[in-house]
Amino acid sequence: MNLAAIITRKEIKSYFNSPAAYIVLVIFLLLSGWFFASPLFINNQANLRTLFGIIPLLFLFFVPAITMGLISREKNTGTIELLATLPIKDSQIIMGKFWASVSLIGIGLLFTLIHFITIVILGTNIDFGAIFCGYIGLLMLGTVYSAIGIFASSITSNQIVSLIISFFIIFFFFILKFSLFFIPDFLVGIFQFLSIDYHFSNITRGVIDTRNIIYFVSLIILFLKLAQTSLENRNWK
Amino acid sequence: MIRLQNLTKDYGSLRAVDQISFEINEGEILGFLGPNGAGKTTTLKIMTCYLSPTSGDIEVEDMNIHEDQIEIKKLIGYLPEHNPLYIDMTVYEYLRFIADIRNITDFRARMKKVIEQCGLNGVVDKPINTLSKGYKQRVGFAQAILHDPKILILDEPTSGLDPNQIVEIRNLIKELGKEKTLVISSHILQEVQAVCDRIIIINKGKIVADGSTEELKSDFQHKTELILELIAPETEISGLKENITDITLSSISKLNETAFKVEIEFDPSHDKRAEIYNYIRSKEWTLLEMHRENISLEAVFRNLTIEGEGK
Repeated sequence: MNLAAIITRKEIKSYFNSPAAYIVLVIFLLLSGWFFASPLFINNQANLRTLFGIIPLLFLFFVPAITMGLISREKNTGTIELLATLPIKDSQIIMGKFWASVSLIGIGLLFTLIHFITIVILGTNIDFGAIFCGYIGLLMLGTVYSAIGIFASSITSNQIVSLIISFFIIFFFFILKFSLFFIPDFLVGIFQFLSIDYHFSNITRGVIDTRNIIYFVSLIILFLKLAQTSLENRNWK
Repeated sequence: MIRLQNLTKDYGSLRAVDQISFEINEGEILGFLGPNGAGKTTTLKIMTCYLSPTSGDIEVEDMNIHEDQIEIKKLIGYLPEHNPLYIDMTVYEYLRFIADIRNITDFRARMKKVIEQCGLNGVVDKPINTLSKGYKQRVGFAQAILHDPKILILDEPTSGLDPNQIVEIRNLIKELGKEKTLVISSHILQEVQAVCDRIIIINKGKIVADGSTEELKSDFQHKTELILELIAPETEISGLKENITDITLSSISKLNETAFKVEIEFDPSHDKRAEIYNYIRSKEWTLLEMHRENISLEAVFRNLTIEGEGK
């Protein structure tokens, strides 16, 4: 069995061994359910647009919460020494933990399919393509946030510090779209390209461009590499 | 065979390990001794590829720690200081996880053997955080020996255990030492004295002594200390010194109304015991006790490690 997969399995088990994962999932589902249900009744519209608008915001809290302990806890309890002296590469440790958090995000998204089923039953004229793209976009978004969360978790032995750091990094990419009104014109292009929302809304509109894919993939690689470097660089401690 | 060459490790401006070189032969049980903060743990962490050295080299079976880390890690079983464990797993889950990463093929057979060796029967399905400290330590041992490593590195394996548990762990170490190369770090002398063939004493990142337990003792036995307990008139005891050459009376203390304790020192190359005995007999004093004080490894250790601090 692949070494990273063994780490992933261990982390997923440990998620569901503690109440924390259940609590985070339940809160996520309650909030997303509420944001799905209120326009359904108020506007009498059966669509997922509001949901897709709100989940990126929920992820801003949800993803740091599930990634915060992945490495920092091992540093705190000293088990990182155990793990690092087993015949496994640091990159495999990082990848294993990364896939564990992506899986949990996937599970969270999977539960929201219940809303999809609801609108299939209630609505007519459903744009399946847009919904499919929306989910792809959300998964991409969750994956990028995970990579950022893993990095934040790798640079500290304190889970709360990790939570705060990942929250602010994600928040930075998240608010870039609002900054576009205040910055000089020649910077708008760059800021827009850096804004995570720009790429996300492109994808949810059904336009999956290579530029969007390159953006997401390069952010993921960047933060995972940074996490790996920080894990390898334990020497100064 | 493990070979350390000019191993140096700096933490910022602090030099934790300073140009250490030594070899560990196959099958040897090496005690790695030093006060807290001497650089023992750092050296072991470099040997297990957890930290990288600032300069210098370690070779394990002709493999280099800079190049063949994964292969070296496969050969080594390591019990880190403070014995970190995944406490929310059961003992079985934990060992299974280690076995998966180490890719142990005959997992069932190894598991059975290790559980028996470490006395883990009955706790296999318990979560690790419910176990006592002694049992946790055994789980740590089980983890370290699960893949039947050629080299076993134990960092302060008995720290924090009660005396009974220490005896159990020592017996386990002795048994494992029959077939493996063992490196044990400790700041407790009796421990290394009890189980090790060879002792390296390290202080402030430097090796200050290297040899077998006996060698180290004899190296530092510059004088023999003789303790007498006898019944004699107080004023006449100093007559010992005047009548026998080359001895010093280092102290005389009163034990009760009539008996005294006398400490005498002399050069071990000239045994003065017969002369002292004959003198006591000639005076018709009553000799209650006479014994040589063995210089303990403890004294050697203190000498070596405190000397450095004075300078």
